[in-house]
Formats: sequence, C-alpha cells, structure tokens
Amino acid sequence: MPHPARITRFALALVLGGGLATGLVAQDNDPDPEDLEQAINEEAPIVAFADPGRFVAEDGEALYNSICAGCHMPDGQGAVGAGAYPALAGNPMIEFPEYPVQVVIHGQNAMPAFGGYLDDAQVAAVVNYIRTNLGNSYTEDPATPEMASETR
Amino acid sequence: MDDSISRPGPSRRQLLGMIGTLAGSAAMYTAMTKLGHAQESSYRGPIQLQGDPNGATVLVLGAGLAGMTAALELRNAGYNVQILEYREKAGGRNWSLRRGDTYTELGGFTQNIQFDEGHYFNPGPWRIPYHHHAVLDYCRRLGVQLEPFIQVNHNAYLHSTKAFDGKPQRFRHIMNDFHGHVAELLSKSVQQNALNAAATQEDTEILLEALREWGALDENMRYVQSEHTSEFRGFAKDPGGGLTAVPEPSQPLAASDILKSGLWSRLANGNLYEFQMPMFQPVGGMDQIGLAFQRELQDIITFNAKVTELRQDENGVTASWIDARNGGETRTATADWCVCTIPFSVMTQIPNNLSSGMNAAISALPYAASVKFGLQMSRRFWEEDEAIFGGITYTDLPISLISYPSTGYNQGGKGVLLGGYSWGTYAYEFTAMSPEERVRRAVEFGAQIHPQYNEAFETGASVGWHRVPWTLGCYGVWTEETRAEHYRTAAEIDGRVVMAGEHISYIPAWMEGAILSALDATTRLHQRVVNG
Repeated sequence: MPHPARITRFALALVLGGGLATGLVAQDNDPDPEDLEQAINEEAPIVAFADPGRFVAEDGEALYNSICAGCHMPDGQGAVGAGAYPALAGNPMIEFPEYPVQVVIHGQNAMPAFGGYLDDAQVAAVVNYIRTNLGNSYTEDPATPEMASETR
Repeated sequence: MDDSISRPGPSRRQLLGMIGTLAGSAAMYTAMTKLGHAQESSYRGPIQLQGDPNGATVLVLGAGLAGMTAALELRNAGYNVQILEYREKAGGRNWSLRRGDTYTELGGFTQNIQFDEGHYFNPGPWRIPYHHHAVLDYCRRLGVQLEPFIQVNHNAYLHSTKAFDGKPQRFRHIMNDFHGHVAELLSKSVQQNALNAAATQEDTEILLEALREWGALDENMRYVQSEHTSEFRGFAKDPGGGLTAVPEPSQPLAASDILKSGLWSRLANGNLYEFQMPMFQPVGGMDQIGLAFQRELQDIITFNAKVTELRQDENGVTASWIDARNGGETRTATADWCVCTIPFSVMTQIPNNLSSGMNAAISALPYAASVKFGLQMSRRFWEEDEAIFGGITYTDLPISLISYPSTGYNQGGKGVLLGGYSWGTYAYEFTAMSPEERVRRAVEFGAQIHPQYNEAFETGASVGWHRVPWTLGCYGVWTEETRAEHYRTAAEIDGRVVMAGEHISYIPAWMEGAILSALDATTRLHQRVVNG
C-alpha cells in the first residue's frame, strides 16, 4: 500500500492559487488583507492521493479542503457561473446536522453522493467542520457517526 | 483441472486468475455496456425531416454539439431557429485550450494559456471511436479534417508504484509475456486432458497449435528467451547491419512478477469497443468540430446569455436571460418550441414550469468529477529518448495516465502532453486545489515515470470539471435505477420543450451521445410539429 501522502500547505495557496506562477493569475477573488494574514498563519492540512477508492483523512478540516473546497470553495463562499454552488458560510440550512449529513452521504441534485467514499466518522467530522467554521458557529447538537450510520 | 501444476511459478489459482483476465475484456465490456458506455452508435446517415414546419420557431438553449446539431438540422428543415449560449464561444465541452486563451474557473482562478503557437490541450473529449458514425459524418460534412489518434502503443508504458521497483514497463513486454505464460500453462492443462469434457481430440490439437502461435511458444510449448519470443516482445539488442548485426534476444519477465504487478489489468483497455484502433482526432484540436458548427450557425447564436428562467404555456416557450458577464436587465427569448441542452447540473437551478416528472429527472442526475492536465515540454523526450510516438501510458499514480501527442511526430521541437486524466477521489482532490497546485502535482507525479519532466516542463494548464462554470461537472451519471425511473421522462417532449445532450443518451460523456440525442429529439419534435 502506498504511504499516505500527508501534505501540509498554506491555506493561502488555495485562496490565491495562481498568482505565484507564470500564466496563472488569480482574479475576482481578491481576499481582504486581514483574511490573508489569517490564512498565512493557519496551516490547512491536506491529505490527498492516498487511495483511489476512498478519502483517508479523518480530520474535518482536511476532508473539507481536499473534497468540498472544489465546489464550495476554500472559504465556503460557493461560486456562481451558469449555475451556482451554494455558500456554506452563513448558510442556515446547516444549523441542524441531519440535513448536511444526508446531503454528504446521498448527494443532492448535481452534487454526487460521498457516502461510498467516507465512513461514518468522516461524515460527522466534515459536517461538524463546516458547521463550526467558515463563519458558522453551530456548535450545539454535533453530527455523530451514529447519525451518519442511520442516514445510510 | 487437477493440481498437477506444482512447479515453481504460478499456481492453479493464479492460472485461473490469468485466464479470468483474458476473459476480462469481455466481462468488462459487459459491465460497461450495462452502464451504457459501449453501445454502438445508432446513426444511419443524415436525418430527413420531411414536411413543412410552416415557419415554426425553435429556441435552442446551449451551443454545444447537441444544441448546434439540433439548430443545424431544424434550420435546414425550414424552422426559424435561435440559440442562447452562456459562454463567449460555441462548442461547449468540445473545447481546446491554446495560446492566448484565458480560462477562469469557478472561484475566480484564472489561467492564461502559455502553450507555444500550434500546441493545444483538450480538456474535454479527445478521441473519436471509428464507430461514432454521427461525429464522423458531421466532421465530413462540415469539413473537419481528422488524423489518427493513437490509443494503443506497444512501446508506451504500464506503470505501478508497487511493482518492478516503480520502474515503468513497456506495454509489449507485459502483454507478450502475459500471453506467453498463459499459453504455456494452458497448453499443459490441455495436454493433461483437463478440457476433455469440452473439446474433441481434433479441437484439442487445434487449440494447442493456436496457443503455440498466440503465445510465441517453442516446440516444447515453453515460453522462453529466444529470437522467436523477441520477435514479439522486442530484443535486448535489435538486429542490425554489418558487423554489429547480430541480435540479442531479450529475457521475458517472470510470470509471477507480472501477476503480482497487477499491470495485466491494463492490457484489455484497447480491446474495449470504444477504445479499439483506429481512433481519430481533428487536426489542430478537438474544438475544430465545435468551430465548424459555429461557422454554419454564427448568425443565430447569442453569446454571453445566461438563462435565468424557462416558462412554457399553450402558446410557446419563453426563456429569460441576462448578460452572463455584466448582468443587467433581464431579457427574454420566445419561440414555439425549445430544445434545451443545458446540463441538468445547471437546470436544477433554473426556475421553470416543466412537468414535475421532468424536474424529478433533472434532480436525479449527479455530475461526475474529472480532471485533466496539459503540460508543455521543451522537447519531445518521449519520442527522442524512449521511441514513444503517441499513445497512452497507464499508471496507478493519481494522474492515471499520460498521453503523448498524436501529431507532429519525429520532428523534434516541443510538445504538449496530456499529463493526467483522473476520476473519482483523485479528481475531487485535484479539483479542490488551485490550478497552479494541480499542475505542480501533475508534473511531480509524471516525473516518476519520465524524469525528463524535471528539465523539460515549461508551462501547464488544468481543468477540474466541477469548477467549469457552465457545466458544474464532467457528465451526468446515470445508474441502472435512475435510468429506469427517469430516463424516458427526461427524453420525452415535455409540453413544448425537449432535452438533448450527452445526458440524454446511452453514450454518456461522448460527443456521439450528444449528437445522437439531438437528432432523436429534433426528429420527434419535427413529427410533433408537422403531425400536430
């Protein structure tokens, strides 16, 4: 088995992305200088490319950064194109854990189901991460592995 | 079969596994067919829309291949057609990135493509099977020149980080040695009358002869180092001329090493119906197909139009739209009928009064994650150093594969590799990164197969399909259950609206599926119009 590649990098890299390399320039995403400073000071763990069949990170933040951030964006603000990805930051739909647990496991509309890629503890971890970070502070009634198990 | 194969080497269980793999291409084909990936195209030539539509109007939503096929055929049949397109150009997922292009993905990350003039990268479709008759016919009719796309290259690599010390193996070595060892083992079983029940004496003799030829076995039915086996797998030193002419045969890999490597699992890829040679690509980039359609339809496409609502009543269809870049006032487009090719990933968010059944179908289709990379190299080291001309190296690294350009061979200069094409977890993980980080990783992974990456890499681009603003994913993923429940409803004319696109086909994610669905939809729509 491959040794899980545990890679730590600055959250800033996710936010600013391209600005650092020829031909890749970040636009429309100018972060507030204070946010930048904060991002520089926070190392966001990313555990990627360990297994083609499932995600291996157990930490909610690591799971968010390596999966959810693809669509809901590193800062949880979502994105708008021809269609949109909803913001998770400040989203009242995640006040209670059951709904995000359901969506993560079974998917919704175009969002694929992640139940096959994550175990119950991982589902709870990532749901609790988005409910208590990204500008959210739904600390009561945390999601649990049992809740995830019952939702499957 | 008895257990008499007890000499060192593969056990009976391993032999069964190997034979299973030989049958694997068929089994895999069956599995793929169930998923709808390997159906033969039903295209039987240009459609004939007989009858006068009496000036009926059609609004086409989306200027991808499905939308433009519908528009082209309906206009030819006498309809008054207009197209709304979200992007600034036509083609949809039929798309190539080249010098001067700017691509901003969701989240605002922008890539200014720096490839040298004449080089490109296809983030979407990149190869055309010989049996995708509709794509081929439209290429012919629209003057899109094709060239061979090399899918199977015996000199490309099969690579596993967990086998042969991570050293890539030539496809011809794994394939011929696998065949040879299987033939040798199977011939022993045959000679021990293991197949008595299934074969006559005459059949057995023919089978043995076939195994000898197919597996390059010697007169004793052995697969061994020899000039004969080297004629299949290649020589240690190729035959030459003059005083250095004498060839040196190569040493086959051990059967157990091949079995343990798992590399045999890649051998059947090129046997799949959709990947059989010959395959094709347009000269100059896959987007030449979309551009050819666009040339025909330029005057009826409104670009930068973001559809915000779709309504229909007994009199017609109305789409509301805004300028996709600048917003501003809402405008409307009306028509008698509508062909809607907007991906369901986007349609879920467009307010409409389609039937509840249609909306249930729209909501039932998740869109797949997929990621691709284009990497420009300062020299074509795969050709110059490794004699790989086109084709694909498969790997268990997160990039999944490296495809070498099927054009511009043997002339030196630069080249743009397809530096990876991944699905599933790896695609999600790549997509969550910035474009710069993705490319950096793809170069790092690729250098494990080609160390020349380290000195030759110049510039790269990547597309994670979930971040593509106009699709929110790669393609619509049906399951047997969702197809059974929703597919017919999704494909049927809903009042005055009919859906088309790869998602309304049994060839999902292929251009052929998009075109066939458009032809099927326009044919039914036309019948409705002329017959009432």
